[in-house]
Amino acid sequence: MNTEYAIRIRNLVKKFGDFTAVDNISFDVRRGEIFGFLGANGAGKTTAMRILCGLSRPTSGSGTVAGFDICREQEKIKKNIGYMSQKFSLYPDLTVRENIRLFGGIYGLKDRTIREKTEKMLEMLGIRDAGDRFAAELPLGWKQKLSFCIALIHSPQIIFLDEPTGGVDPETRRRFWESIYDTAGNGTTVFVTTHYMDEAEYCDRVSIMVDGRIDAMDSPAGLKKKFSAGNMDEVFRTVAGRAVREE
Amino acid sequence: MKAIEISGISKNYGQVAALREISLDVDSGEIFGLIGPDGAGKTTLFRIMTTLMLADAGSGKICGMDIVSDYSRIRKIIGYMPGRFSLYQDLSVRENLEYFATLFGTTVEKNYGTIREIYSQIEPFRDRKAGKLSGGMKQKLALCCALVHKPSVLFLDEPTTGVDAVSRSEFWKMLERIRKSGVTVFVSTPYMDEASLCDRLAMIRGGEIIGTGTPEQIISAYPYRLLSVEGDRIYPLLKRLRETEGVISCFSFGASLHLAYDPEKTEASGILAAIRESGLGDCKVREISPGIEDCFMQLARK
Repeated sequence: MNTEYAIRIRNLVKKFGDFTAVDNISFDVRRGEIFGFLGANGAGKTTAMRILCGLSRPTSGSGTVAGFDICREQEKIKKNIGYMSQKFSLYPDLTVRENIRLFGGIYGLKDRTIREKTEKMLEMLGIRDAGDRFAAELPLGWKQKLSFCIALIHSPQIIFLDEPTGGVDPETRRRFWESIYDTAGNGTTVFVTTHYMDEAEYCDRVSIMVDGRIDAMDSPAGLKKKFSAGNMDEVFRTVAGRAVREE
Repeated sequence: MKAIEISGISKNYGQVAALREISLDVDSGEIFGLIGPDGAGKTTLFRIMTTLMLADAGSGKICGMDIVSDYSRIRKIIGYMPGRFSLYQDLSVRENLEYFATLFGTTVEKNYGTIREIYSQIEPFRDRKAGKLSGGMKQKLALCCALVHKPSVLFLDEPTTGVDAVSRSEFWKMLERIRKSGVTVFVSTPYMDEASLCDRLAMIRGGEIIGTGTPEQIISAYPYRLLSVEGDRIYPLLKRLRETEGVISCFSFGASLHLAYDPEKTEASGILAAIRESGLGDCKVREISPGIEDCFMQLARK
């Protein structure tokens, strides 16, 4: 297993009928890196991400995620990654404790470990008193932090964050990114999508998908220099503005 | 006459106060933005203003008509594009449009001028089912359906949520054209960068309006001084600066940090000294004027 890279992808293609959703993309993500995966709606991000998470098989191409083959070792990939999206990450009609227990159980953690982790998590999130409340009742900012912690419950090598900060207020969004930094600082690789271009600046490297291809990939500073842009918003508009296909 | 006037609107869902004494007014022909995060009460306010829900307290008028007693007249002169579910997925583009036109007792032909500019972009797909359209095309069709009866006031609840930056700016260009045709636009958004595109706005959080005015008025009311700090080790620097005397807040804004300080308690030179002492490398520091997002964060902290 290559220890330097958390993700290595070569010539990945995914076709649905005669529609090429992902068109021959290749990239590497280093361990502990915060990698921003950007693109306009319909550019192919979700399709590519589903393959990386072991939920879909590529039409052609190869690669490894957390050291496991994306074509043959999908179940191992699932055990070694965490996934969080803005929606669907928590069961609204289970309590906070029950949600933690459910996900801990799914990842095969021992009951004792789950109990310990639950207490630690509630403490860390400052929601000790909310443990028995239904997830549906929590403010959005808490839900996101809780989903994030739960996605990390089995200490995955890589965490996939699919638009993790949509709709939250500006301060909560920034505090969420501070926890992303802390997580990456502990060696976890972070793979993140977002529509907020200021958040693209917080990534170590960023790729921009256009019509199924990766048309730009570099550090935010590198991209700004290359496209003579003042910020990532301008870079995105330039690169994503080239799209030909509709969603 | 004001296009929208609401006063002291409150609404509770059981124990939860969704709206607390909301008052605002919108002039005819304005683009008025309601800006705030999810759960702030934006959709509840839309439902009350569009006569779909009764407030627990307060009153309101749309184009001079009462939102309770004149509800049926109001419904004829407003267009409403809710956040979701505004189209019939199993009807075609053309059928959706005709359906909404018929509901309002008019025809697509009669009001074609109102929707032409937007509709012409989706007309090549007129026989496609709405459910099979891309997100961008759905958005355009929903906008056409909300405009097909030539409303005086157009209500748009988060039309750009989940939409990428390129499509968002296209959508705002469409709104500008709609406004030019004389329609008042009341639009909500969670994106702070869209604030500057509104004539006036209200910032909402936790069911309360925390600030209102033109973008310029909101910015000029910002009570602190603001520094932009750029450096190589931004995150450790952020943690360090938060601990510094006189610093009100410090958050990342894209590639830089925005640091708010109280000029009565410290000076920029004190903060510069703290940065030098931190040993976190050279930083580029300059005084900047706040943006809407800085203002929102400051007002939200009160």
